[in-house]
Amino acid sequence: MTISNQWQTICQQNDLINDSGICVLLNDNQQVAIFYLKSTEQTYAISNYDPIGQANVLYRGIIGSIDEDIVVASPLYKQHFSLISGECIQDKTMSVDVFETRIVDDLVQLKVT
Amino acid sequence: MDTNRIKILVIGNGMVGHQFVESMSASNKACEITVLSAEPRLAYDRVHLSEFFDGKSADDLALTTGEHYDELGVNFVTNEKVTNINRSDKSVTASSGKKYSYDKLILATGSYPFVPPIPGNNQEHCLVYRTIEDLKAISASAKLAKVGVVIGGGLLGLEAANAIKQLGLETHVVEFAPQLMAVQLDQSGGNLLKRKIEELGVTVHIQKATQDIVKGDKCRYKLQFSDGTHLETDLVLFSAGIRPQDELAKKFDLEIGERGGIVINDLCQTSDDNIFAIGECALWQNFIFGLVAPGYTMARVVASQLSGGTLQFNGADMSTKLKLMGVEVGSIGDAHGKTSGAKSYIFENQISGVYKKLVIDEDKNKILGAVLVGDTRDYDTLLQFSLNDMDLPESPESLILPQSADTTPMGAFELPDSAMICSCHNVTKGDIKQVIKNGTTNLSELKQCTKASTGCGGCTALLKTTVDKELLALGVEVKDDICEHFTYSRKQLFHIVKVEQIKSFDELRDKHGKGHGCEICKPAVGNILASVWNDYILKQTHLPLQDTNDTYLGNMQKDGTYSIVPRIAGGEITPNKLIVLGEVAKKYNLYTKLTGGQRIDLFGARVDQLPPIWEELINAGFETGHAYGKSLRTVKSCVGSTWCRYGVQDSVGQAIELENRYKGLRSPHKIKFAVSGCTRECAEAQSKDIGIIATENGWNLYVCGNGGMKPRHGDLFATDLDTKTMVRYIDRILMFYVRTADRLQRTSVWLEELDGGLEYLQQVIIEDCLDLAQELENQMQTVVDSYQCEWKTTIESPESLKRFRQFVNSESIDSNIQFITEREQIRPATPVEKKLIPIKEL
Repeated sequence: MTISNQWQTICQQNDLINDSGICVLLNDNQQVAIFYLKSTEQTYAISNYDPIGQANVLYRGIIGSIDEDIVVASPLYKQHFSLISGECIQDKTMSVDVFETRIVDDLVQLKVT
Repeated sequence: MDTNRIKILVIGNGMVGHQFVESMSASNKACEITVLSAEPRLAYDRVHLSEFFDGKSADDLALTTGEHYDELGVNFVTNEKVTNINRSDKSVTASSGKKYSYDKLILATGSYPFVPPIPGNNQEHCLVYRTIEDLKAISASAKLAKVGVVIGGGLLGLEAANAIKQLGLETHVVEFAPQLMAVQLDQSGGNLLKRKIEELGVTVHIQKATQDIVKGDKCRYKLQFSDGTHLETDLVLFSAGIRPQDELAKKFDLEIGERGGIVINDLCQTSDDNIFAIGECALWQNFIFGLVAPGYTMARVVASQLSGGTLQFNGADMSTKLKLMGVEVGSIGDAHGKTSGAKSYIFENQISGVYKKLVIDEDKNKILGAVLVGDTRDYDTLLQFSLNDMDLPESPESLILPQSADTTPMGAFELPDSAMICSCHNVTKGDIKQVIKNGTTNLSELKQCTKASTGCGGCTALLKTTVDKELLALGVEVKDDICEHFTYSRKQLFHIVKVEQIKSFDELRDKHGKGHGCEICKPAVGNILASVWNDYILKQTHLPLQDTNDTYLGNMQKDGTYSIVPRIAGGEITPNKLIVLGEVAKKYNLYTKLTGGQRIDLFGARVDQLPPIWEELINAGFETGHAYGKSLRTVKSCVGSTWCRYGVQDSVGQAIELENRYKGLRSPHKIKFAVSGCTRECAEAQSKDIGIIATENGWNLYVCGNGGMKPRHGDLFATDLDTKTMVRYIDRILMFYVRTADRLQRTSVWLEELDGGLEYLQQVIIEDCLDLAQELENQMQTVVDSYQCEWKTTIESPESLKRFRQFVNSESIDSNIQFITEREQIRPATPVEKKLIPIKEL
């Protein structure tokens, strides 16, 4: 099943964990890490695969900020990935996919392109 | 070999001989150095010789190794006693019959202990205290002895007395003079020292001249004194001073002093221009220097001379600071006030046993000398005044009067650049300034590159103050902010959390920080909150603070799976529990390996497998091992007196008790313990944060050791403790560490950077100088009382269990986790191997 360029519901809002990450399986083949920042009520979504550590672990990283950027630190080797741009702060040649998110009626949705 | 190279032959490989080899090979590569040593081993640390009895081996005390000399290109022969110097053809002959030629000959033959000519002084158990061989003989003799006597109440004599006391003997010191340490101390200081040492269980006999050593009635021998009294003993140790080892020089017509010693000039040259003498065999201006620092200076002088340098020997300061059986003693310059017109200030506290005397000149302008007994905290300051000829402050007595705890040594006074900070390695304040100017601002790097404070360590506090002041003067802000979100160090955050009773990261950030935190400050704050309040670390508010290892209560491996390490306290495990571990590992197909901490590590569990695995383990009586946390890991033990023929205490029982007491404590970094049941030290306790070695009388406590990346031997903190006292000390030490250490700072580095080092730690913990001991103990008790097995709490909480899913919207497992079988167990597949495995349809 592949749905293009449209909003797809991936979980309930109460599956999210404050200031932390969870992981969803998208279209049965893609792992997406979803983070929720309580103080700004923002939800972020990036690919769960750490291209440096080569494992599906990013949702288990600690989230935080570097200046104005919101980042997750990989739990494997601690590189930071921007939750806004997907860019790796320590290695600009590396990046992860970023997904748009929204919450509709207590449902978390991703924009799938 | 290059025949033009200058041939340097060194006779003797004691501390000074070794220093010469080091200095020489560093300053002149174009020389060929040969070392002949009459001893069976290369140079070792004689200053810390008594630590041999604390379990240090000859290797621990070694200052060098054959490999190191090989690397330096230095030839050496041990057990090679020189018998002849052939000055005419510039060669020596040794006991082996071999002949060695030289261009320059260095005599570093040291000294030998003086044995007074008392009839009966040559019997089997009449020994001296100088070499490792002597110590072995003392050890052997003490085995069947009850009483030991040291003849000589000087500095070395008291050290020897400490050694035989530690061997469990009833210990006596016999001194001819009317006081102890008559060279360094005045009568009042000597009296206080005597009182303090007697309180420690050593009997001191002053003004006693031994006339005869005869067969004893109850013991092996009887000492008969000139006043008609006598003393029975099984062991006699002579420590009545040293005599220069100048026999060889005398025999081959080098100039010798009237009372011995090879005469040298300011270049350390003997009466033969090609022969030099350094260390305790050398006599300079009719004076023998019986300390190591002047010997080192002489070694450097000769090395400089032989490499075209101009360094000269101009005498040396004989001030000393040391700890004798736990009693602090310091002596500076003219301690006796013999200079004409000398006046003194005296401070005495009979209650806590402190005596200080400051000797000043007639004009009340300069320090001439000082005596300190019971408290040597003022030593560094006084010594700097004395060495640098600094003008005294308006009221000189303020230098020895008790001060508030926060006064730093030399804080208020400006040292000249020539001030010697580290006399062991000859590092001046000017040298330190230069290194800082060149860009080294970190204290440990600075120690490494200047060697300052790496000898006796006596200057640690002074060095830190000097460096800090220098950095401040240069406008370098000494910043120890934890990260961009908090302008505080871990230690400061700890205080804030405690004082303001802060219970969450958000609260702390809102009040004192900014931004959203990061992977540095969040776990650090989580760790502080856990240390102070000991809440369940997976409480919803704390969860986002934890590193993945703490969140999932396991150690993440490179493929994103976790390892499982149940606690096996003290390394003791029943066959049934062992079977459970095997069965669980088999059922979940986990890779199994023994750890260095006497436990069993199970690898390869997916995040969703962790709860069922732990449920099975907890049902079988296991609990979490905290292998994932910055917390107590293991207390390793040897089998101890229960089974071992040599054990003197139950090390396993002790290890289990300690492990159960401190399990769950969150700390700045991981903490490891070990308990050895005897001095053979099979548990390797000296490489642990807390190391405990059993003695006949209790436990010796070592602190702040480390294996791993930067090995460090633990420091002996206290001896012969009973269990209760030991536990109290450990409570205090650990809690003090938890409170004051930096983030991710192991105890070893913490101690090295602690102002005042080991001595300060002893003052805080044993003497309670900060009046903190009770609070530290209470805090530890709170942590101990609120212990919970985090895995047990987790599997009982459906809310927490929700975390242990790879996907919140699917039961699928992570297809990227793949294993290969190797040596009959699983291992993670490499990226190349993964491509070869067909990914199964999801």
